[in-house]
Amino acid sequence: MHFEPSEEQKILKKTAEDFLGKECPKDLVRGLVLNGGGYPKNLWHQMAKLGWMGLILPEAYGGSGMTFRDLAILLEVMGYYLCPSPFISTILGGALPILIHGTASQKTEYLPRLAAGEMVLTMAVLEESGVYAAQDIEMSAVRKGDDFVFNGCKLFVPNALDADQILCLTRTGKAIDPAQGLTIFLLSTRTPGLTIKPMKSISHNCQGALVFDNVKIPSQNILGEEGHGWPVVLEALSWAALGQAAEMIGGARAAFDLAKTYAKERIQFDRPIGSFPAIQAYFTDMWILLTGARMLTMKAATNLSKGVIAEGEIAMAKAKAGEAYRTVTTLSHQIFGAIGFCLEHDLHLFHRHAITADHTYGGVEEQHKIIAKAIGL
Amino acid sequence: MDYQFTKEEMEFKEEVAEFVKAQLPADWEERVLYWPGGYGTWPLAEAEFRPFYMEFNRKLGEKGWLSLAWPREFGGSNSMIKQAIVDDLTSYYRVPAGGAAQIIAGPTIIAVGSQKMKDQWLPRIARGEVSIWLGYSEPNAGSDLGALQTRAMDRGDHYVINGQKTWSTGAHATDYCWLLARTDPQAGKHAGATLLLVDNETPGITIRPIINICETHSFNEVFFDDVKVPKENVVGEVNRGFHHVMLALQYERLAVSTGAFRRFLEELVRYCRENRRYGLPLAEAPLIRDRMAAIATEIEILYCYYWYTAWLIDQGRFATREASAIKLFATELSKKLVEASMDTLGPYGPLHKDSWRVPLMGRVGLGYLDAVSGTLGAGTSEIQRSVIATRGLGLPR
Repeated sequence: MHFEPSEEQKILKKTAEDFLGKECPKDLVRGLVLNGGGYPKNLWHQMAKLGWMGLILPEAYGGSGMTFRDLAILLEVMGYYLCPSPFISTILGGALPILIHGTASQKTEYLPRLAAGEMVLTMAVLEESGVYAAQDIEMSAVRKGDDFVFNGCKLFVPNALDADQILCLTRTGKAIDPAQGLTIFLLSTRTPGLTIKPMKSISHNCQGALVFDNVKIPSQNILGEEGHGWPVVLEALSWAALGQAAEMIGGARAAFDLAKTYAKERIQFDRPIGSFPAIQAYFTDMWILLTGARMLTMKAATNLSKGVIAEGEIAMAKAKAGEAYRTVTTLSHQIFGAIGFCLEHDLHLFHRHAITADHTYGGVEEQHKIIAKAIGL
Repeated sequence: MDYQFTKEEMEFKEEVAEFVKAQLPADWEERVLYWPGGYGTWPLAEAEFRPFYMEFNRKLGEKGWLSLAWPREFGGSNSMIKQAIVDDLTSYYRVPAGGAAQIIAGPTIIAVGSQKMKDQWLPRIARGEVSIWLGYSEPNAGSDLGALQTRAMDRGDHYVINGQKTWSTGAHATDYCWLLARTDPQAGKHAGATLLLVDNETPGITIRPIINICETHSFNEVFFDDVKVPKENVVGEVNRGFHHVMLALQYERLAVSTGAFRRFLEELVRYCRENRRYGLPLAEAPLIRDRMAAIATEIEILYCYYWYTAWLIDQGRFATREASAIKLFATELSKKLVEASMDTLGPYGPLHKDSWRVPLMGRVGLGYLDAVSGTLGAGTSEIQRSVIATRGLGLPR
């Protein structure tokens, strides 16, 4: 057991910090928050040039074949700078499922373009209930010759407004076990009959809803096997949850650093406020929570890199990273006082992102269900 | 001891509820957010609501319901309990009743104001005709109010004010400033300041908006540049401003939107009964029942503090410790309520009020942002804890 990052990982981190420090200023993020989300295309293309989209894809498809641990390091830096990009949905919710379950022609069609940053992907699973539960997936795709006809609605689709292609989960058959009869299709956001409606949140994410009105999708667009889509979703969901956890850890660290700098500078009662026991206790609590969540996240990412897949471990990381991010931004607001409550300040950008990120790819309630199962309940 | 209202109090409660319901515009619920325990979406701090608010308050004033806690000789009813009943019900319907004028200025003038000031201001305040903003905080004087630097220079029959105030909630939507300014810079940190009533229209006052993170214009920075204030506008004694400000704190902190807490919990419970997850109503999920039960218990505790403190004040007892505890408890409960709501609503929680399919009129998304302000405004949680520990429990400073 050791905790020292490799030379390659150190370089990756430094490069990412230098790049985002320069190219991703807070005013860019603030503009997106105030104008309904989206992502800067220019930044996305530069990220692709640095090889980030292809980081964990095989070299055969234009990637560089690095590990999930490396990716977690990169995502933590992206979170630190609040990098507005559809990275997690594209790579973890899109590229990886295609890499593992796609046909040869699907892989050649999608993966090189994904590695080059020419495509934005996302996965559409959630419906009315807002939780990742097989029994709540009702939107049907009915076979008609070589096609399937889609009718219904998918909600809370991450980056739906920016996506080019979507991995869409549908119910294609009824079975006693609700996890059976679910099928994933690959489809374009420009498919006739498909309407994408924004679901504006208090953050800069640009999630949306998909409304299908008699949409025909050919059966060759199925990803994996017909009727067996649910395990594919759960697997991708745990990758995305872990990626989101690493990203949240980065954001929580940034908010912590902002507050720490301020607590050293702000003078009240003739002393820096960081010298008051009440404020010091906040920092201790934040640091302990954040450090613990970070270790859980890095442990899960390292184990995943070695092929150890443990849903419970990932769920713990996601739940705790979300708690850490929410707690750190809330306490940081308490440290900043009124200035942090102003739109022109940076802190609320983290506070907004914390709550939406915590609710993306399964909130705390859903993670706790996974943990309960993993520990044998 | 009796935790029940008297028959008279019950009848009064019903009368107030009927009256308030009848005044509400049809679209009020959609227009107003009013997160319990938040300051950023308070309707009286927004210019948009001013016409309705002033009209509503004049009607409350006609009934004498803005000055119920004042002594009878100044047109009141000597009953903080009755005032607390009005405040609870108005906040339940998400309309603010009265403001700093009635809660802070009135009682302070009664306690320390000159006869002339009492005659001139109290009837107008009781009628709901006066609205004020609090000119306390400055860029370098937040929790440490004693560090304030705004100067009031004695120029014979008037003072000349120079300086800057900030986080001035509602300065753009009220008529007068309740200003704390330094009159004797040689005096100690917590001496040498004076309270003054300043007309917002006086030349030399510049009000600049600050937009808060709920994207609402609730507070401002206000610049005073050679602003002339007649000496008759001094409240109480010159150089006793800090003392006068502390005096009113116990009244201010009772107004913690209890009704808005109760109302929102009712709406959240209804939502849990009407929506399903994992094939079951949310109301049947153990985790959610657990969270709702915990929140309901805390709201009940808030009410215990609320009525008890009102009673203490009616008994003429000093209630600073309890008032601080209420403010602290309510604003921290505001955060717990929004956290529990977020976790209950899942991905619906962070939706913006303008979003398609947003539940509960988007109160949770914006409430999450507004809950930040409660534990900061009107004395931070840290300051309240220190007040309770030192002045309330006798711990050393």
